Amino acid sequence: MLTPRPGSSSGSAGSKGSAGRGRARRDSGPAGRVPWVLVVPALVALVFLVAPLAGLLVRAPWSTLATRLAEPQVLTALRLSLVTATLATVLCLLLGVPLAWVLARVDFPGRRLVRALVTVPLVLPPVVGGVALLLVLGRRGLVGQWLDSAFGITLPFTTTGVVLAEAFVAMPFLVISVEGALRAADLRFEEAAATLGASRWTVFHRVTLPLIAPGVVAGAVLCWARALGEFGATITFAGNFPGRTQTMPLAVYLALETEPEAAIVLSLVLLAVSILVLASLRDRWVTSP
Amino acid sequence: MFRRLSRWTVAVPLTLALAAGLSGCGGDDSGGASGAASGGSGKTLTVFAAASLTESFTELGRTFESAHPGTKVRFNFGSSATLAQQITQGAPADVFAAASPATMKTVTDASLATAPATFVRNRLEIAVPADNPAKVDDLRDLADSKVKVALCAEQVPCGAAAAKALDAAGLKVEPVTLEQDVKATLTKVELGEVDAALVYRTDVLAAGGKVKGIGFPEADKAINDYPIAALSKAPAADLARQFVQLVLSAQGKSVMAKAGFDVP
Amino acid sequence: MTLQARLVVERPRFRLDLGLAVDAGEVVALLGPNGAGKTTALRALAGLVALTGGHIDLDGTPLHTLPTEDRPIGMVFQDYLLFPHLSALDNVAFGPRCHGASKSDARATAASWLRRVGLAEHSGSKPRRLSGGQAQRVALARALAAGPRLLLLDEPLAALDAHTRLQVRSELRRHLAEFDGATVLVTHDPLEAMVLADRLVVIESGTVVQQGTPAEVARRPRTDYVARLVGLNLHRGTADGRKVTVGDVLFNVAEDLRGPVFLAFSPAAVALYRSRPDGTPRNLWEATIEGIERHGDNVRIHLDGSIAVAADVTPAAVADLDLTPGQRIWAAVKATETHAYPA
Repeated sequence: MLTPRPGSSSGSAGSKGSAGRGRARRDSGPAGRVPWVLVVPALVALVFLVAPLAGLLVRAPWSTLATRLAEPQVLTALRLSLVTATLATVLCLLLGVPLAWVLARVDFPGRRLVRALVTVPLVLPPVVGGVALLLVLGRRGLVGQWLDSAFGITLPFTTTGVVLAEAFVAMPFLVISVEGALRAADLRFEEAAATLGASRWTVFHRVTLPLIAPGVVAGAVLCWARALGEFGATITFAGNFPGRTQTMPLAVYLALETEPEAAIVLSLVLLAVSILVLASLRDRWVTSP
Repeated sequence: MFRRLSRWTVAVPLTLALAAGLSGCGGDDSGGASGAASGGSGKTLTVFAAASLTESFTELGRTFESAHPGTKVRFNFGSSATLAQQITQGAPADVFAAASPATMKTVTDASLATAPATFVRNRLEIAVPADNPAKVDDLRDLADSKVKVALCAEQVPCGAAAAKALDAAGLKVEPVTLEQDVKATLTKVELGEVDAALVYRTDVLAAGGKVKGIGFPEADKAINDYPIAALSKAPAADLARQFVQLVLSAQGKSVMAKAGFDVP
Repeated sequence: MTLQARLVVERPRFRLDLGLAVDAGEVVALLGPNGAGKTTALRALAGLVALTGGHIDLDGTPLHTLPTEDRPIGMVFQDYLLFPHLSALDNVAFGPRCHGASKSDARATAASWLRRVGLAEHSGSKPRRLSGGQAQRVALARALAAGPRLLLLDEPLAALDAHTRLQVRSELRRHLAEFDGATVLVTHDPLEAMVLADRLVVIESGTVVQQGTPAEVARRPRTDYVARLVGLNLHRGTADGRKVTVGDVLFNVAEDLRGPVFLAFSPAAVALYRSRPDGTPRNLWEATIEGIERHGDNVRIHLDGSIAVAADVTPAAVADLDLTPGQRIWAAVKATETHAYPA
């Protein structure tokens, strides 16, 4: 049970073919002794991660759970969360995959700087990210005032604004994951495609993309999870209005002000849904990294 | 981000932490020091105070420190409800100053404080950007659908007060957002994202020239009382009493009045 | 001439400069040691490596100005590089699709190619389900399916085990014979080159050191590398009529030549004696045994002395002569078994 598994199948997208052999090697390998130096911290980490979840379950107001869940706001916030996180993920895929490709494959001056900039949303406090979005896309923002005057489009306080805020915060997860997959992918497959007459675009969508699909899916899953839990940038940029911009994390935060028990219920719902989605996606798409 | 419990990436871990009773300090900069207060040296006073008290209490803290040489005053500013949660979950606080009687009640109900005193009142004003683009000049203008309005969520005191004032005026306002606290509401005005918001007068003053405050008569119907109490399990009980006395003293009242509070 | 090329690729500490001409239907093997530049030359033909000089003309039109995808080429890579996410059929259909065929036409073409290489029943298999030999044949079908004018093969049999290689090699030879375009094959295996190619081009350190039909190259090696490949002793000497001097050893040869020549003879043609044999002093020299090793059914003796030579003798002879390393010995080679040609 606790047998360590060295050399699990590599993350390289190009080496799918070796997965079968990898498994055989693992199963027939000698049952190594458990290195406690690793197992003990691993167990501590597991407890550390799972104990709060247990606390949440223990303190959950089970008796009133059903009535609380039946409240229309809960469903509204949950639906909005799922829809916006999914749209944000789609937006991240449409823009982030090409960005990852450029970072991985195009040699241009300042590439290292650009790569560092891409990760800025990771280290930026999300609230600051939200303010930054307001400064650019807000009604008086650099781009926003032009959008407003030219097209009558205002993004803050709209569901579109939620999607943008979530995408802003979540995109680095996708870009980093996809760029990693692109770097690990065997370039010679792309050369082989070129010798068969494939244009750059054909190479990308018929060879590169399928080869890095596990990386893209992993990145999208991370991206989606991050978008689903997004709070700071969303509330700052898109505000909080039930049905329009109030996602689950916002509802949780506000419930916490007056009704901690309701907050726990909302958190449980969010957790259950995300675990359900992530688990099913992982089993289906993502081989253990 | 001093004033709130936390704006971590996800609200979920926050909830988890609370539920698991791990809420000794809520991830707030100043709250993080509260552990030191429980050391029992008697030299550190820990004050949990509503976010709207940030400027005035910081000043009173300095006054207190100079009157009690060697004593350090540490503040945990945040949403009153969150602070009350932290206190009932065992956070080592000496003084609690809340922005509403309801949040103080959470603490007194848990027998963690007795006889809170109302030390200031805060009244709402209409906050508009300095150039007042929507030409708002009284509460009725907020009901205009062309005017973008931000309100606090009803779960937080400024939101409850706003609802009361609008009720009193018999107005129905459709806000574009229900912000999680008064400072966030004000930020939306400062950035010009909304045309008007209902916030406390103290917040309008604290924002300096970036926003303009417009008083309105219905604000009288929604005055917010701020109770303060020394906590019964205060690690530094004497200092706690003395700090409450300072706040209630003439000197304290003048600081509070300067910040824009109504002083009883 | 179908392919006319001069390939110049300059890199730090390496320069490839290679002239290459291949007729329609002809198979040319680029043969050379590791690092000689064979694969670089092949990649340059494909456009995967940029030329720093020279040109590539195919059927009279310049190729070197075109990107890889616009060159009428097909390439088989050393480890095939079949797209792992596509079935064998879709791998083969990839080229025709890229050249504008409709999906169904491309698949029909691919199916007929899979039939030709005997893999019709594997058309739905993903590459990881194919054996090495099957994958090689799919790779060949994929390279040919789009109808290239120039076929490039990079060590096409290197990834196969010895038994499969033999079988796939004869099939490959048949397919190459049917192909009417130019074929350039890269290999380091002389046998593979000789079996598959009409002409060998031997490359060392980025330049052509020898070229010709397999028979010519095998008979008249011009460098130590080629001599080793074809298993001959090779020496430079000076000819004067039917006599060739190599170092201080004098050889009688059949050819009437003058000036600098190569002298080649098989290790099997060398006879060893414990003491100086009687008779002519020609074709005879004294040597020291450097090393002894198994070589097929025989034993190969490495000799040092006036000239360094490999000699193949029977194990019985080793026992009879009681050969040991360091021992002094006499070596002789029959005049009829030497071959001299101008250097």
